Amino acid sequence: MASLIGSYSLILGFCCSLIIFFFSVRNFKSPKRFDYKILSFTFLQLFFVIVSFVGLIISFINSDFSNETVFNHSHTTKPLFYKISGTWGNHEGSLLLWLLVLTLFIFLFLIKSKKQPNNYRILTSMFQQIIIIGFFIFLIKTSNPFSYIFPIPNEGLGLNPILQDPALAIHPPILYLGYVGSSIIFSSALAATTLNFISKDWAKHIKVWVLISWIFLTLGILLGSIWAYYELGWGGFWFWDPVENVSLMPWLALTTLLHCILALEKRLILTSWVIILSIATFTLSMCGTFLVRSGILNSVHTFANDPERGLFILIFLFSLVFLSLFIFFFFHKNENNNNSFFWLSKESSILVNNWFMMYFLSVVLVGTIYPIFLEVITSEKISVGPPFYNKLIIPFLIPFLLSMAIGPKLKWIKSEIQNKMYLVLFLFISFFISFIIIKNLDINFLINSILLTSSFYLFFITLRDFFIKGYQNLSQNLAHFGFSLLILSILFNNIYSTEVITNLKVGQTFKSKSLIIDFQSIDKKNEKNFQAIIGKFKIKELDNETIILNPELRVYNQPNIITSEADIKTNLLKDRFITMNLVSNQDYFNIRYQDKPFMIWIWLSVLLISFAGLMSLLKKRYEN
Amino acid sequence: MYGRKVKLRFFFVLSVLFILAFSAFLILKSLEENVIYFQSPSEIKSLSEIEKKKIRVGGMVKGGSISIQATDLKFVITDFKNEINVVYSGAIPNLFEEGKGVVAEGFLKDKNFFLATKILAKHDENYMPPEVKAAIEEK
Repeated sequence: MASLIGSYSLILGFCCSLIIFFFSVRNFKSPKRFDYKILSFTFLQLFFVIVSFVGLIISFINSDFSNETVFNHSHTTKPLFYKISGTWGNHEGSLLLWLLVLTLFIFLFLIKSKKQPNNYRILTSMFQQIIIIGFFIFLIKTSNPFSYIFPIPNEGLGLNPILQDPALAIHPPILYLGYVGSSIIFSSALAATTLNFISKDWAKHIKVWVLISWIFLTLGILLGSIWAYYELGWGGFWFWDPVENVSLMPWLALTTLLHCILALEKRLILTSWVIILSIATFTLSMCGTFLVRSGILNSVHTFANDPERGLFILIFLFSLVFLSLFIFFFFHKNENNNNSFFWLSKESSILVNNWFMMYFLSVVLVGTIYPIFLEVITSEKISVGPPFYNKLIIPFLIPFLLSMAIGPKLKWIKSEIQNKMYLVLFLFISFFISFIIIKNLDINFLINSILLTSSFYLFFITLRDFFIKGYQNLSQNLAHFGFSLLILSILFNNIYSTEVITNLKVGQTFKSKSLIIDFQSIDKKNEKNFQAIIGKFKIKELDNETIILNPELRVYNQPNIITSEADIKTNLLKDRFITMNLVSNQDYFNIRYQDKPFMIWIWLSVLLISFAGLMSLLKKRYEN
Repeated sequence: MYGRKVKLRFFFVLSVLFILAFSAFLILKSLEENVIYFQSPSEIKSLSEIEKKKIRVGGMVKGGSISIQATDLKFVITDFKNEINVVYSGAIPNLFEEGKGVVAEGFLKDKNFFLATKILAKHDENYMPPEVKAAIEEK
């Protein structure tokens, strides 16, 4: 029943799109008065998509296996929470979520943009409806979440157990708010270009939307990263896996856009950058969807390998890119009046930031796309590992960090560096600290000490500004401070991490110079949808107290998959992380024990960065 | 004589071009060094010489071939035409099982012996490396 309602309201929602498009075209011809039918139908469309989405959730809760999506991804023994999160834990449901966010954002946009000119609002709505129509067709044609199967199966196939996790249950909605939120930036940038409406006011108005999707994208990536850390047992925070990369690329573009918008708002420069980046952000989000959904990338996110779906997204993507490039080249008039930059000014430092970001973006893009490209052309299968990224990104982080510290100190238009003394002094202090830290370690001295110096430099400069400047530019300073904290934690994490991998039988003990791992016993426990094997490990480090860790192996019944649950003891200084795996038909357990210093600071600093975004957003609100 | 502004702009364009070329060079060079090729046991058999570079080998874990000690794990990867012996010490993913697909990353010692540094986890019980799938369908 719920499925049926959902299915029909999806079609009604699609009809709304066509009606809105029709009204928009009519209204655009005589835009003296905003036609409120557009707003009403946008609301109606949102309503239908919500009904459809709720219908799918209800089908999941009731385990209605006459629905193919539910049959493929749910099971009666699954806990209620994961029945609900299973709604977007699959291809069809997650696309419905895309659609929901698309319609939600255009509705919010229309409500919030009442002060803007009518023709701009109407045109934005038109562009957004083009995207929405594309997704409606895609959803109904190739991946309808409400397909009916007969005879009705008694039991579903179940959700992949590694997706049955709290962090991953909320990861897709948050990430999508960021991904799809960029669609509104895309639509309004195109509308503003067409109408030659790009101005300081427009920058001020669109900045809010950029910030919103930036915050959600940052949080979404963070959640995914935390999940990979403890659930996949990878024991790190970033693996340069193609699926991670496709979320990083829009983030890089969006972050650059955020900085360009500031320049646009203050000085009406970098307009081409803003338009291109708005287009790029959404295109990269779409591109990510294409790569993940088409089955080209083999990963946890690959739900189904259906070439038709990939082809559809690819064609849709190309038509959107073509449309936007056409608009950019034909309508964008670059007024060359105040395009001169003094070399030492805030705008030139933003430009430097842009170039660095574009470099990082192209590195990630090449590393992700090249293997696919090569396979299509030569059918040779390759993969690009972390060394590629490390080698290309790390050296350039040094000037990037330094300019991040200096840049915000500069004034618009023309600037001089005042108080040169403390800038130099801080550099020496940072170098001194790094020197002491690195000196006794057996690692590459040069690159590590310079990298550490530059991140300490950013750290101290931003820290000083909290005291000197107080509330002035607080959110910007906080974000940069968070970034320095992130890089510092990553560096210390890399330098000081230790790892032991060994195979042990129950009762055996592993001994090394600084560590004793005692595998004391295993316990069995039956849960509703899995059986758990819980190990008991006593771990004694030389300079530390003894701790007990209990990693788990979970044997899920439907589908029949074994997952391992890491046990992690976290404190402010370090994480102690253990996973165990059973090698089939053998007595040995494969044990992996890791000491990960400052792990929690990596998560906290990213949280801090997104909090800074939130602060900037709120500040914006009460200023108006 | 050109004006100062024109010279400046010329210099600017030149430096942008230089930076673009330089970063393209860096990316391509690094790509060349850090790419890991994927090969099946049959492809390894037909190699003319053993490379020192890191590669990936994919196939099925041969039934009954796993043997495990405190420090290392031995098993055989097969694509049902040829097979290769693998020695590995390190973390073992959950879905590593006899008769299931596996991808191992590491160095080739000779045509029958592979020293793995990493076994890749696949998170789907039905996953099979594409080469293996092709090999099975051929049979």
